[in-house]
This record gives sequence, structure tokens and C-alpha cells, in this order.
Amino acid sequence: MPAISFQSVSKTFQTARGPFQALDGVSFDIEQGEFFGLLGPNGAGKTTLISILAGLSKATSGSVSVLGIDVNTQAADARRVLGVVPQELVFDPFFNVREALQFQSGYFDVKNNDAWIDELLESLGLSDKANHNMRQLSGGMKRRMLVAQALVHKPPVIVLDEPTAGVDVELRQTLWQFIAKLNKLGHTVLLTTHYLEEAEALCQRIAMLKNGKVVALDRTDELLKAASSNVLRFKLDAALPPALAAKARVTGRIVQLPAHDALEIERHLAALREAGLNAEDVEIRKADLEDVFLDVMHANTPQETV
Amino acid sequence: MTGWRALFYKEVLRFWKVGFQTVGAPVLTSVLYLLIFGHVLEDHVKVFDGVSYTAFLIPGLVMMSVLQNAFANSSSSMVQSKIMGNLVFLLLTPLSHWSWFFAYTLSAVVRGMAVGLGVLLATALFVWQSSVLNFSLLPQEPLWALVFAFTGAAMLGALGLIAGLWAEKFDQMAAFQNFIIMPMTFLSGVFYSIHSLPDFWQRVSHLNPFFYMIDGFRYGFFGQSDVSPWLSLGVVGVSLCIISAVAVNLLRIGFKIRG
Repeated sequence: MPAISFQSVSKTFQTARGPFQALDGVSFDIEQGEFFGLLGPNGAGKTTLISILAGLSKATSGSVSVLGIDVNTQAADARRVLGVVPQELVFDPFFNVREALQFQSGYFDVKNNDAWIDELLESLGLSDKANHNMRQLSGGMKRRMLVAQALVHKPPVIVLDEPTAGVDVELRQTLWQFIAKLNKLGHTVLLTTHYLEEAEALCQRIAMLKNGKVVALDRTDELLKAASSNVLRFKLDAALPPALAAKARVTGRIVQLPAHDALEIERHLAALREAGLNAEDVEIRKADLEDVFLDVMHANTPQETV
Repeated sequence: MTGWRALFYKEVLRFWKVGFQTVGAPVLTSVLYLLIFGHVLEDHVKVFDGVSYTAFLIPGLVMMSVLQNAFANSSSSMVQSKIMGNLVFLLLTPLSHWSWFFAYTLSAVVRGMAVGLGVLLATALFVWQSSVLNFSLLPQEPLWALVFAFTGAAMLGALGLIAGLWAEKFDQMAAFQNFIIMPMTFLSGVFYSIHSLPDFWQRVSHLNPFFYMIDGFRYGFFGQSDVSPWLSLGVVGVSLCIISAVAVNLLRIGFKIRG
């Protein structure tokens, strides 16, 4: 039995400008114990899919189940086995950290939960804030509180919707160590993130979503293998020749060009020389998930008609 | 019905933590009404036989506070949680629509009763001061007073829940409060006996369920009222059932809270 199963999930929103299809027949399973990544650009439908899984929203068609429990027909039971970290940085300004966690335990009918609450606070570096009002917490602390609140009932399936946005590097490490530990203990983890190096390091399998459709789904290492294996990276002060610009990823002065082999690297460099451009700090590195992501997204862009 | 107690306790603690604003302020408002209207109208308005105007006013003000604060509690809690986004913490739990309903409604009853009791205790000062008042703090028919305070508060708590689910912005909530709740409470006979009104307005008042709550509650204090307490109980009971049914159904379908 899969931990999470999406079966032809579609969702159409009625907007002022007509219907908008946020999800279009999304189907895939996440096995128990997996650390699974869900990637995609903004507006791809990641959060919509998670909202349907969490029962915050209803699918227009299709079905979703958690550990075999249908999220629509057996909503309460499904929510009991699910811990969801929402993307929005929300909090209840009336209560302190410990109170918020005690109430959340109560809603799940978990009694005498103080030992686990202490462990959560300790693991997430919030112990010294236990009696602080939620308003006094920094953005990163509030984010970690969302994680703690999602875990009060020790859910076997954990869903994290961009949990590291706005969290500094050190605390991100703490958070991932904790989530990785829970995953080792058998909890299934579904993660969406914009930090692709995190997904590459943590996730065993990855699904990529674009315009409401699954455009890639495979083991992380297979995805990396399938992509162009090398990247030529250099710094350049002038504009790239058009032939290269079409393929390049440009961040300020830094240019990155995919290259399958030595011959293609030579061709790229030749094109620069012909244009009379001088590249600095030239290096060749292996393709990472970000390159795969851009490849996949680019390949799935509909050709614009002129 | 699991977990509803946690939500009930949270809702009570929510208003209690800011009790100065949620209990203290409405008590002061009611005392001001009593001071001003009691002073101005004491010798001019004739209500029940053997009951002075100020004495007549006290239970009316108590009940008005109960109703307004019960409404304020559930409505402001719901609309704030929606706008702040922290309602998601409840939406992610297995709490049933019945749990939501009972937690929000009963915590509204607690807030309404707390304010009502506060108003009653504050007015005790006037009772001591005035020898002409002839008003006992202890209702003559305490059970009737309690029954109407509870059912009235529950109805307004459920109505506040409906308003909170419906409103998407604070100004929509303010409109609901100012254009529906305020006129219905002010025109319910808090400040006057319905019998003093012209015939037409008497009949209009009889269509206002708030009138029966105030009148029934007042019966608990004086043993006399404009209409029979049994009639009032019937009207309030039926209204409570209808409004509760609407509230429970809105929660069941996730009206404006689940997409």
C-alpha cells in the first residue's frame, strides 16, 4: 500500500477570466518510507496538489489516498495520519509556543504529549522560546513552529510545503537533520522546495510538475544521469552571442552552458572566441538537479506561435 | 466528538487572555448606559407595576451584553483566524463539524455569560446606593433567567459563527454587526417595554427573536413580562435550532474555508 496515492487528480478554478486548470490528470504513488520531492516553478500546481491531499481543497476529479485512506470520503482518518507544514507563514498571536503545541495535540486527541513536545522544541532549536508569545518569534522560528505543529501527533506521512523559505543556512541544516532522522525512523516525507540542491541531497525520487502536469518522475540519480552530463561555467562582462544565449543560464556575470562532451565544450569556447569575447574563471562541472530542472521545464514549454 | 474540548478551551482562553478588552470594556459600556438612561428616564418612563425604570433596565442591559458578546466572540475569532490564515491549523485536524460547532458556540456562551455576570455585579453598586430601586440581584425565577441567558447566548454564538464564515473582510463583519445585530438588540425592548409602543411597532417587535430573549430573561428577574415566558422559550428554542442547523451545515460543507 503506497503512503500517498494520486489518481488522475484534476482541479479547475473558476476565475473572473474563465476557468483555470491548476491540475491536469496528476497520477503517481509515493511508497512508505520514501523521501519524495515535488518540484516545479511557481504556479505549477504543487500547493494545489498538497491542499487537496491535506483536505484544504477538493479535487474537481480524481482521488487521493493516504495509507489507503481516501482523503475525501474518510477525511478525518486521513488527516490523523498526515502532518502538513503549510507554506504560508501563519501563527496564532494569542498564544505562546507551548500552548500552541498543546492545543494542536488536543485537536488530534493526543493526551499528555509534553515529552514529545519537548523533544520537538529541542530538535527544532525552540526550547528557549517555549514560553514566548508567537508574535515574538522571528520568521525562521515561526517557520520551525509550523514544522513542530505538523508533527505533534507523530504522523506517519509528513508533507512539507517549502519549509525552508526564509530560514537561514544553519537552521536549515538543523531542520533537515531532524526530518532525515524522522525519515530513517520510517516516516514518509513529501517535500516541495525551491532549493534544488536540498531536493538533490535529500530526495530518493522526484516528480516535476509544470502547468498542472507531471513532466518528469524518476529516481533522483536517474534524472541526473539523463541530463546533459556537464556544464561549462564562466564569467563574462559582455552579452553572449545569440546562438549560445538560447542555451545558457545567465546569473549576472555568471554564464552556465550545458555540454554533453568535450567536443561541445570546445564548440562553445570557439563561439566565444569568434565573437571576440574573453571568458574568465572557466570551469567544467557535473550537471546538478537545477540543470535537469531547467532542461525539463524548457523541453515542456509549448512553442509560441508568432 | 474527539478533540472538541481542546478547541473549546482554546477559544475560552483566547478571550480570557485579553479580558480587559473582551469582558471589562463591555461591562463599562453597560454601566454607562445604566447611568445615563437611568438618570434621564427614571421619573419619566413607566414600565411594569412596582418596578422602577432603572431596575427594569438592569436585566435588559445584562441580556444585551450577553447576546452582543456571545456574537462578538465566535464571529471575531473565526474572521480573524481566516484573515490571519491560522485557521489552517484547525482545518488540518480531524475535528468534525460538530466539534467545531460546539467549541465555538459554547465558548461564545461562556464569554456572554462572563460579561453578563460582570454587568450584573457592577450594577450591584447602584442597588446598594439607591434606596428607591427595590431591585434584587437575585432573580425571582433564576432558572428562567439562566435558560434564556444560555439559549440566547448559544443562538448568538451560532449566528456569530455563520457571520464569521461568511465574512471575508473585517468591514463585512462590521456591517453584519452594525446593520443586523445592533438594530435587532436595540429594538428588542432593552430600554423600554413593548407595551409602551404604538400598535404597529408592537407587532413588528413581536417578529424580532431578540425581543423574546430579553423579555424571557426579564421574566426571570421580576416574574412579569410582556409575553408568557413559555412563548418566549418556544420562539428562542426554534430560532436556536434553525440557526444551529445552518451553522453546522456550513461547517460540514466547509463554506468559504475549504476550497
